[in-house]
Amino acid sequence: MKSDWPYHLREHRGTLLAFLGFVVMFAIYAANHPAGLNANVATTAANKGTLLAILAMAQTLVVLTSGIDLSVGMVMVLANCLASTIVVGTPMMTALGVLGVLATGAACGAVNGLIVIVGRLQPIVTTIATGSVFYGIALALRRVPGGDVNASLADLLTGQWAGVPASLLFLLALVLLVWTPLRRCALGRAVYSVGSSEVAAYMSGVPVQRAKFLAYTMSGLLAAVAGLFVTFITYSGEASAANGSTYTLFSIAAVVLGGVSLFGGSGSAIGAIFGALMFRTIGDLLFVFNLEPLWQPLFQGVVLAVAVCLGSARLLRVKNRLDVYG
Amino acid sequence: MSVLKVQGVCKRYGGVHALRDANLNVEAGRIHAVLGENGAGKSTLIKIMAGVVAPDEGTILLDAEPVSFASPAAANAAGIVCVFQELSLIPDLCVADNIAISNPPRRFGLIDRRAQRHMAEQALARAGAQDIHPLALVKDLPLSRRQMVEIAKALARNPRLLILDEATSALTAADVTKVYAVLKRLRAEGLALVYISHRMHEIVELADECTVFCNGRSVAHYAAGTKTDNEVVELMIGRKYDGVFPPRTTLVDRRTSPRLEVRHLGWTDRLVDISLQLHAGEVVGLGGLDGQGQRELLLALFGVLRGTTGQVLVDGRPVTITGPHQAKDSTIGMALIPEDRKTEGLMLPMSVRDNLSFAALEGLSRWGVIDTAAENEATRRIMQLLSVRSDGIDVPAGSLSGGNQQKLVIGKWLMVAPRIVLLNDPTRGIDVGTKHEVYELLRRLAAEGAAILFYSTDYDELIGCCDRVLVMVDGTVKRELVGTEITERALVSSALSLGIDTHRVAPEAARG
Amino acid sequence: MPSGRPGGTEMRMRSAAIATTWRRVDPAVLAAFGCIVLLLLLGSLYSRSFLSPEYLLQQLKVASFLGVIASGTMLVILLGHIDLSVPWVVAVGGMMATACTGWGPLGVAMAIPVGIGCGVLLGLVNGCAVALLRIPSMIATLAVNAVAQGLMVVHTGGFSPQDASSPAMRFIATGHSLFGVPNALIVWIVVGAATIFLLTRTRFGRTVYAIGNRERAAYLSGARTHLVLIVAFAIAGGLSAFGGVLLAGYASKAAQAMGDPYLLPAIASVVLGGTSILGGRGNYLGTVAGVILVTLLQSILSVMQIEEYGRHVIYGVVILAMLLVYGRGRRHSE
Repeated sequence: MKSDWPYHLREHRGTLLAFLGFVVMFAIYAANHPAGLNANVATTAANKGTLLAILAMAQTLVVLTSGIDLSVGMVMVLANCLASTIVVGTPMMTALGVLGVLATGAACGAVNGLIVIVGRLQPIVTTIATGSVFYGIALALRRVPGGDVNASLADLLTGQWAGVPASLLFLLALVLLVWTPLRRCALGRAVYSVGSSEVAAYMSGVPVQRAKFLAYTMSGLLAAVAGLFVTFITYSGEASAANGSTYTLFSIAAVVLGGVSLFGGSGSAIGAIFGALMFRTIGDLLFVFNLEPLWQPLFQGVVLAVAVCLGSARLLRVKNRLDVYG
Repeated sequence: MSVLKVQGVCKRYGGVHALRDANLNVEAGRIHAVLGENGAGKSTLIKIMAGVVAPDEGTILLDAEPVSFASPAAANAAGIVCVFQELSLIPDLCVADNIAISNPPRRFGLIDRRAQRHMAEQALARAGAQDIHPLALVKDLPLSRRQMVEIAKALARNPRLLILDEATSALTAADVTKVYAVLKRLRAEGLALVYISHRMHEIVELADECTVFCNGRSVAHYAAGTKTDNEVVELMIGRKYDGVFPPRTTLVDRRTSPRLEVRHLGWTDRLVDISLQLHAGEVVGLGGLDGQGQRELLLALFGVLRGTTGQVLVDGRPVTITGPHQAKDSTIGMALIPEDRKTEGLMLPMSVRDNLSFAALEGLSRWGVIDTAAENEATRRIMQLLSVRSDGIDVPAGSLSGGNQQKLVIGKWLMVAPRIVLLNDPTRGIDVGTKHEVYELLRRLAAEGAAILFYSTDYDELIGCCDRVLVMVDGTVKRELVGTEITERALVSSALSLGIDTHRVAPEAARG
Repeated sequence: MPSGRPGGTEMRMRSAAIATTWRRVDPAVLAAFGCIVLLLLLGSLYSRSFLSPEYLLQQLKVASFLGVIASGTMLVILLGHIDLSVPWVVAVGGMMATACTGWGPLGVAMAIPVGIGCGVLLGLVNGCAVALLRIPSMIATLAVNAVAQGLMVVHTGGFSPQDASSPAMRFIATGHSLFGVPNALIVWIVVGAATIFLLTRTRFGRTVYAIGNRERAAYLSGARTHLVLIVAFAIAGGLSAFGGVLLAGYASKAAQAMGDPYLLPAIASVVLGGTSILGGRGNYLGTVAGVILVTLLQSILSVMQIEEYGRHVIYGVVILAMLLVYGRGRRHSE
């Protein structure tokens, strides 16, 4: 029987590269960290990394359908502001609050999905406009930063469990319980099909509209999870437009670094997670190497530029110039 | 026993009738061929039968019961499966995923990969394509393998009626033979088959009965073999046809240096040590089975491929062509009519005038500003020369018929008065009437001094149009046929590397 | 004569769905201008002064800054790409121009060209990344934006830039001439006229539309697609920076993140004006309408003293509503 390994490798190439990239970056970081790699350092780093990783998962789902979601950051901000209001009090109230936040995120995603599917508008302009709307709602909830969150829940998810950062375990749970079933089910495969070739998907009887709707709704849901996480880290809610747009852009960077194709149809949320962790680690390398914070934005920008260049480098080896034109 | 009967079906798009009173009767255990020019309504009929679009009028009877299909999935459920001309495969998914795309075997709500793979292997075997690995990504497969996967995918749905729309157009000869065998076996098993093809010899090989479409109507129905090729063509184009190609004029002056000379051209593993010569006034054809490097040769000459080895000389001067812009330049004067007019030849939403003038803009503008009067005049001149039928020059190019679109592509290059014309299967998918206009045009260009190199998958064209034919096998020129040596038998046998005399290797370029 | 059938059926069907070519009057442009009239009428219900010439002229002046930036954005969108580096290229333009004034009289004279020049340089980087490295424009311009931000943060030390604008900058941004017409508006008219000429009458413009429609076909027809892409991005960068120069002239100095509020409105203006986000189709007059529309909307929302959150919501909803009216795509079954 022919060997299967070359084919598995081919299919997961992007994710594996992202994983390797992260391992390398983290090794450099850990080796040079002045305080050494103890549990607290790891936890702080893990919390920030998990936040971006969850948002990157959200972005991945939409990018897989060959769309883009420029509102994920704003959904996260909205969820944060809402959570700082309702995820408080007794365990029962907290639980309801969490459900409420998740439902809101899903609703935001659904709105995006409906406009793209039924309204047949392009995702980029749709999500620019809806992002503005979501931000407005967030601002209405929290005109000034404030609020609170259930402290025990927050500590549970941002602390440690037997020396391992809880956030990483949470991330693992998300992957196992949300991503893997999604990927393996027929509708998940439909998401890939739609992004790869919507025309072929339609002709093959793939449920194009349901797949897109699922992708956008789940994206909103995951963005809300990210927003919850922000609340758990900061213990407050803040309607910061700068934050929202920065995180949106970071999520796109994480997705690209994670080997997910912006044209849709290939890549994995797991790759995007490693892309996010890689991106975060690189940002923290500045601190480790004692570079002034003033240089951080430039450093991150250069890193992003280099990463995308490397990602496109294989295009330079293309022998038939026609292949680069879509 | 009739499986599907189409009666009096009509379909309008805007103000145009795609189908008018179309009738078709498909019986089990028989291969029913559908012939007709492009725009005759065949594709629309197929789409209606496969549930992609709904008819405006008429009835479809499945086993003598009227049915209507709301979607391709509904048609599939009724046992009607179509292998489309434009492939319906998802490039980023693997073969097994594609074959089981619409109804995968499941376990606990998730796709059962092992069962799916087994299903794929069975379907591939049934289609005669066992050598394709089920986990290979479709985008990594060459076009002919993809078409085999498409056929396997159709068979995996256990159809009662299988429709093949130009299903063999991209296949290698070996695969075509396999597909014939598969189709005949399916016929013996009792399937009803509808087969659309432009290739007469395929129809002759496979069909039991034929229906001809012309202008949206079914104009004739007859048992296979009861009409001559000329009669059939006449039915398709609706008028008399004599099948004669424009006469070859062999006034080629071989004393001057060749307009185009290629020495030991190579590129990756697709082109190997190619040498040829092209004189002004010659029409040289590239023959051989599909996928032997003919397309790559034309692209390499035009400067699209990177990393070519060997030498190219134009009018005796060595040149290095790095891209179409340089190839088009007046010192070289090359033109390429590409393979796919819709994605490579034209910008469909742009106007006819904008498309026609696009390659010639440098000549039509001064300091970068376009001279609109000159542009309009040049456009009208070419439109008239080629008799392009269109509602004016401002309409989008996409509103023209296939044949007229191809004329636009050729017209665009005529405007720059090329001295070397490369054509990549220029008459594929074009109606017979336009084909002949193209042949006349090529002859005229040659008479005016251009050197023409063209690749065709149609033997009649190679025989009728070319002064010489270079047959390519595995990326190199295996055989050269000159003048009366160009016969279908010679073309086929050299393509399969069965030589009448196998020692004859090189074209006259070997002396060069 | 052989019967070359005019209009194969599927082609006819598709032509009905393909938007009218950009040579004829685009219904989207008409719709955009119609919306402007509608907005003015609605505003006049709130207060008479919405229809006063002073107000309208003021709006046109404010719109001019967005208009200059949106001209560059339109060029890139016509190619089928997007320029997300607008925020910090605008800032670079403003900051570099004002920084120049600190370098003596030569510096003051060169302030505007230097500001624009920096934008052109950044645009060249965008263009090379997209054309030569084939990096998707979304991510390439994002990276350039991040690098530009980093550079400006280092340049200003994280503080607000203290340099003042040159008198020339102030003049073109705030001055009036010729019957009280604001200079900024004159600048926009000049830029607009040049853009229209470039797009409709030159080989470059024709190639821009061709690339946006089908880059493959443009390449195979011998067009210098790489060059056109690079130059177009460079022009867009220059125009963004020019917008920044104007803004700095208007406020008499540059400011951190001065370009952030211009990215979304620029894209919205272009799209609301009927230019397809996929490229290849669009009319500059539509962009003019889009710019005025967006400016009016923002102005009316702030004059009505609607709270900030309300403004964000209404802004998003209005854009969506207008796009749903005339910016929709095609169905599969067509």
